[in-house]
Amino acid sequence: MEQTKQRSFPRIEFTDSEAGALEFPSSKSRSYNYYKPAKLRATMYEDVTVDVQPDPERHLTQGWIYGFGDGPGGYPKEWTAAKSSNWHAFLDPNEEWNQTIYRNNSAVVRQVDLGLQNAKRARAYDAWNPAWLKFVERNLGAWMHAENGLALHVFTSIQRSGPTNMINTAVAVNAAHKMRFAQDLALFNLDLAEAEVEFDGSAHKEVWQSAPEWQPTREVVERLTAVGDWCELLFATNIVFEQLVGSLFRTELVMQIAARNGDYLTPTIVGTGEHDYDRDLAYTRNLFRLLTRDEQHGETNKVLFGEWLTTWVPRCLAAAQALQPIWSQPADKSVTFADSLDAAKQKFRSLLEDLGLDIPKELDK
Amino acid sequence: MSRQSLTKAHAKITELSWEPTFATPATRFGTDYTFEKAPKKDPLKQIMRSYFPMEEEKDNRVYGAMDGAIRGNMFRQVQQRWLEWQKLFLSIIPFPEISAARAMPMAIDAVPNPEIHNGLAVQMIDEVRHSTIQMNLKKLYMNNYIDPAGFDMTEKAFANNYAGTIGRQFGEGFITGDAITAANIYLTVVAETAFTNTLFVAMPDEAAANGDYLLPTVFHSVQSDESRHISNGYSILLMALADERNRPLLERDLRYAWWNNHCVVDAAIGTFIEYGTKDRRKDRESYAEMWRRWIYDDYYRSYLLPLEKYGLTIPHDLVEEAWKRIVDKGYVHEVARFFATGWPVNYWRIDAMTDKDFEWFEDKYPGWYSKYGKWWENYNRLAYPGRNKPIAFEDVGYQYPHRCWTCMVPALIHEDMVTEKVDGQWRTYCSETCYWTDAVAFRGEYDGRPTPNMGRLTGFREWETLHHGKDLADIVSDLGYVRDDGKTLIGQPHLDLDDPKKMWTLDDVRGNTFNSPNVLLNEMTDAEREAHIAAYKANGTKAVA
Repeated sequence: MEQTKQRSFPRIEFTDSEAGALEFPSSKSRSYNYYKPAKLRATMYEDVTVDVQPDPERHLTQGWIYGFGDGPGGYPKEWTAAKSSNWHAFLDPNEEWNQTIYRNNSAVVRQVDLGLQNAKRARAYDAWNPAWLKFVERNLGAWMHAENGLALHVFTSIQRSGPTNMINTAVAVNAAHKMRFAQDLALFNLDLAEAEVEFDGSAHKEVWQSAPEWQPTREVVERLTAVGDWCELLFATNIVFEQLVGSLFRTELVMQIAARNGDYLTPTIVGTGEHDYDRDLAYTRNLFRLLTRDEQHGETNKVLFGEWLTTWVPRCLAAAQALQPIWSQPADKSVTFADSLDAAKQKFRSLLEDLGLDIPKELDK
Repeated sequence: MSRQSLTKAHAKITELSWEPTFATPATRFGTDYTFEKAPKKDPLKQIMRSYFPMEEEKDNRVYGAMDGAIRGNMFRQVQQRWLEWQKLFLSIIPFPEISAARAMPMAIDAVPNPEIHNGLAVQMIDEVRHSTIQMNLKKLYMNNYIDPAGFDMTEKAFANNYAGTIGRQFGEGFITGDAITAANIYLTVVAETAFTNTLFVAMPDEAAANGDYLLPTVFHSVQSDESRHISNGYSILLMALADERNRPLLERDLRYAWWNNHCVVDAAIGTFIEYGTKDRRKDRESYAEMWRRWIYDDYYRSYLLPLEKYGLTIPHDLVEEAWKRIVDKGYVHEVARFFATGWPVNYWRIDAMTDKDFEWFEDKYPGWYSKYGKWWENYNRLAYPGRNKPIAFEDVGYQYPHRCWTCMVPALIHEDMVTEKVDGQWRTYCSETCYWTDAVAFRGEYDGRPTPNMGRLTGFREWETLHHGKDLADIVSDLGYVRDDGKTLIGQPHLDLDDPKKMWTLDDVRGNTFNSPNVLLNEMTDAEREAHIAAYKANGTKAVA
């Protein structure tokens, strides 16, 4: 008879190693004690984020142990011209960590997915007029490239360079938002191409690469990816480009006119991108407010940000102006380009005022 | 989503990239590799629409298990011997994880393949997940385990501790220097593909045997993301192999990455598994046996060896030498003894070994007792304060070791130590390969060709230098490794919490001056140094009194 191998397993042993089993020095020390939380009690976000990226100015005694061929390793503060007397003071108001990232984005995925399924079931695309189909085909199609470019070559890139874990993690989540949104637009485009309507699913490539109205936008996106200073890159993207071009297109155009052109689905999808930007602007605003209000460096930072505005506002305004023709493409033209641009400029002004920055004169032209 | 629609969706997503004409992305992190001739290789396909719900589901399982562990009083059956080592491990590992996220744009900058860019960006989010989920596990331990001291100062302790620094190079190696060396060969091709097997699979197995089923829950969930990362790494490796000019760099980096990973990971995980367990069943695998399965068979034979068909020279000699160090030269046992020697400057407690442990070690590593048994008996004898100093300051036939300048694990296999004057300073190395890493590989020129992007070894690499000539009590105090009564040390050479007299205080360790072996070495005359090195090497790994 074949002998079966005797099963072997570790023994359970009751060790009474629970909290409170004994009293001894530090037996009640049940909170992270190496940083001061912003409020009385540490949040989950703070506990899992603060000081995970060490800093020679805090607890790191041996310094960074690897360097680059041409400079120090780690996260040198010199990787941006902006200065802070305490970069660690920045905390993400969205308190993003593992659970929030997946909960929030999964909720968006479900929302988008339900919308797409319902639209298919209701043959919603059949009711779209040809002008609107063309508008989505060309313009939403072009815009998804911008979102993807920012995801991969702006936000993913920035999160290597910030001097604290809190900054880099907030930006990494921003990158995830952009990537998901770009892909959602692309897959929406795929659905439309497969629906029984006049929709060219490949037109977006040509529009983004060559259509005159989109070239200044593409130029700004490409120039953004070429910026080496991480803080300038974040400022130029989330403060300037997103306000003058991103919100202009998404908030002031697509969200305003889609429903009037018989399309209830596009605002649902683009609305998720709007929601993302709302959150991403919140952390960006917090960071730059911290920098402009810094007692030691606030004034020099304001001068620096003024210079960045001088570079990026004209470029973004040029991109915005070039987009003007697309306002006349839909059948129902319920908003004018001038009104949309005014609204975007007004929000941009109030953001700059909030940051304590001078309003660039180009905005009044 | 069906496979067909996934393929279609993935093809659609690839349409999102374009060839820039106005400006190209800044190259913030350079590489000496070239990808001009590289064919574009696809990594594993992943789209965000399926990625987020998949990870959310994985998270839900993890957090459900965490709730269950608390409701089921898991800590009634957790072995303190095991969980104490988690104070060290979980202080280290969230940093390499988050560093892996930070490394992704370096690889994106270096590799001209939009297909891979997507995969790398998804990996970035995974790594944020891993880092924060691990920090959360540690928080749960701090809240529910009998002794929270050490967990409570975790990131500070990681940043100022001699063992934390050994682990830190694992993360810093991902984010510094040549983008491909760091973010591809070191991180993905070696660390993730080879050593996460012992980190995230073998070690959690041991945790479960010691009553802790949360570590396996979290780390198996983490490990389930690794296959995508391995796929990213392999795709870039194949692209690099397409250009003959990359071959010497690949061979250099495989040698460095393999050896450094072995030095660091085998030191730490080997110690946790062998010396952190109470499970001494004879049919339980030893670390050497696990290594044979997970590293030698699964990685070396199945992953590295097939690369030879591309004409790449694989570091067979270093694989064999790593095996020899683990099996014949007592590498893990030496590291465990070193950690235990340094207990006053630890932020975790180390249990003594018992007769049952001795028997198991002798069975798995014949000859173990004659080399290490007496020392552990001394460790046990000197466990309480009052009549003796900490073991490092008692004569138990153990010489405090020289630190390896490269991997920062000490030169514990004395006969293998290399001593050279490099950059105007006498430095010690645990091995020829670590010497080569500093003196040859991490330089601006390699094999007659310029390598301006290669990293450099920097920082205060010998931890002991920072504390040279100081009193041990002042060092412990400066590090902050003191409990909330202001005098009892966090680190203790035993697990007894029930009797305050058994707990060492600052007063008990005062009066012992701590010196840096490297500072002393550099103060010696040539003759003194030669004699010192000869004596050190002669001591070998032989039996101690």
